Amino acid sequence: MAGKVITVTSGKGGVGKTTATANLGAALAVSGERVVCVDADIGLRNLDVVLGLENRIVYDLVDVVEGRCRLRQALIRDKRLPDLYLIPAAQTRDKSAVTPSDMVRLCNELREEHDWILIDSPAGIERGFRNAVAPADTVLVVTNPEVSAVRDADRIIGLVEAEEKGPARLLINRIRPNMVRRGDMLSAEDVLELLAIELIGMVPEDENIVTSTNRGAPIVLDGKSRAGQAFRNIARRLRGEDVPFMNMEEESFFGRLTRFIRSGG
Amino acid sequence: MQPSVQIKGIRDGLLIILGEGAWEEIREALFGQLDQQADFLRGARLALDVGNRILKAADLGQLRDQLSDRGLSLWAVMSNSPVTEQTAQTLGLATRISKPVPDRVAPPANTTISGGEGAVLVRRTLRSGYSLKHSGNVIVIGDVNPGAEIVASGNVIVWGHLRGMVHAGAEGDENAVVCALDLAPTQLRIAGLIAITPKRRGKPQPEMVMVSNGQVVAELWNPKGK
Repeated sequence: MAGKVITVTSGKGGVGKTTATANLGAALAVSGERVVCVDADIGLRNLDVVLGLENRIVYDLVDVVEGRCRLRQALIRDKRLPDLYLIPAAQTRDKSAVTPSDMVRLCNELREEHDWILIDSPAGIERGFRNAVAPADTVLVVTNPEVSAVRDADRIIGLVEAEEKGPARLLINRIRPNMVRRGDMLSAEDVLELLAIELIGMVPEDENIVTSTNRGAPIVLDGKSRAGQAFRNIARRLRGEDVPFMNMEEESFFGRLTRFIRSGG
Repeated sequence: MQPSVQIKGIRDGLLIILGEGAWEEIREALFGQLDQQADFLRGARLALDVGNRILKAADLGQLRDQLSDRGLSLWAVMSNSPVTEQTAQTLGLATRISKPVPDRVAPPANTTISGGEGAVLVRRTLRSGYSLKHSGNVIVIGDVNPGAEIVASGNVIVWGHLRGMVHAGAEGDENAVVCALDLAPTQLRIAGLIAITPKRRGKPQPEMVMVSNGQVVAELWNPKGK
């Protein structure tokens, strides 16, 4: 079976593209799928850090494209998950080192031996974005419940439509349920009303993301984290399972207490 | 045999024009020329003009691999033959070099329709970055999102949420009106006047905006009223 290429993009920077790529990649790999994550952010690479594989890089994406190594040599196997691979970006070059057709060719080669190819797109709508989107079967647009991020997501969705990549799917990241409840943050409904594309998942704000990113251990591997659970659900939806959307509200202390008492009695 | 291959420098790398002749011979000639200047050309991006020649995917693929062995990357193949163009596209190669690459982002998002007082009907959501210019009336069935703009010399009707920028009567017609089911544009212009919508209270309702006594005014659309 030929692999599927999923491009994770956003327009705006800092909304969680890299975190989403790393966690979806890890979640798919945990469920036994063969996954390769490709960092298309040439010159500003991050995905290797988030996956904790920075010190294993020998060859990168640009080396493959320019023929300095074979594709296999640039594939870095994850230290925890044997089915997860990374192709890191070059740090010393820029986006113009790769063309959209290079990416199409690279992904066609990767499709043969992997079930999923996740591409971490750089922010922006220029060359780097087009490189990342060119080979995509499905485009996943990440946004935050903030007006500026939603505006950029809207622009990106328009560009993806223009590239005839089919309807993009939306991932709303960093939702803070208590702020939404107070009316201080856009709700998922507000975002969806404007963007009008299919939602693939919502991820609550979670402080553990910061530690997991710094440690280079994807949060999906932490069974207790709610953000990890959200990413695991999205991975299952990507695989075609029908998973209900998770309730964003964190269970209150009293809620937990009542449940505890009930189960006890 | 030599002049059958021409190499030119273009903004985006090198352009190679292949003349008439059998494919094998031309290919030999091409590599002959490239190898002579191998050190100078290493890392170059090549666009190939093959004229009327019909090339199979195998030929093109092999050529691309041989070029990449020499450190050259083939990014475009141009041909008068639609078959060859198709082949090039399946291989992920460009088939046109005339347009500068960065411009490719913008064009599909801009539509300028000129001539006539007719109306143009757009049946989709206009997203951020989309610009629609028309001399005449514009009807949109769908939303106009923030960051999108419509400029029309006539009236603008939006069957949906209007949240972007609209300029009606852009050529100075103060009789132009703007109607929307939910009128909340970032900015609204009629002829030479500019208005900003006040914060909405309550539910969205269909409204019509027009110029009256030199001011932009919005009126609730009330079918029972008149």
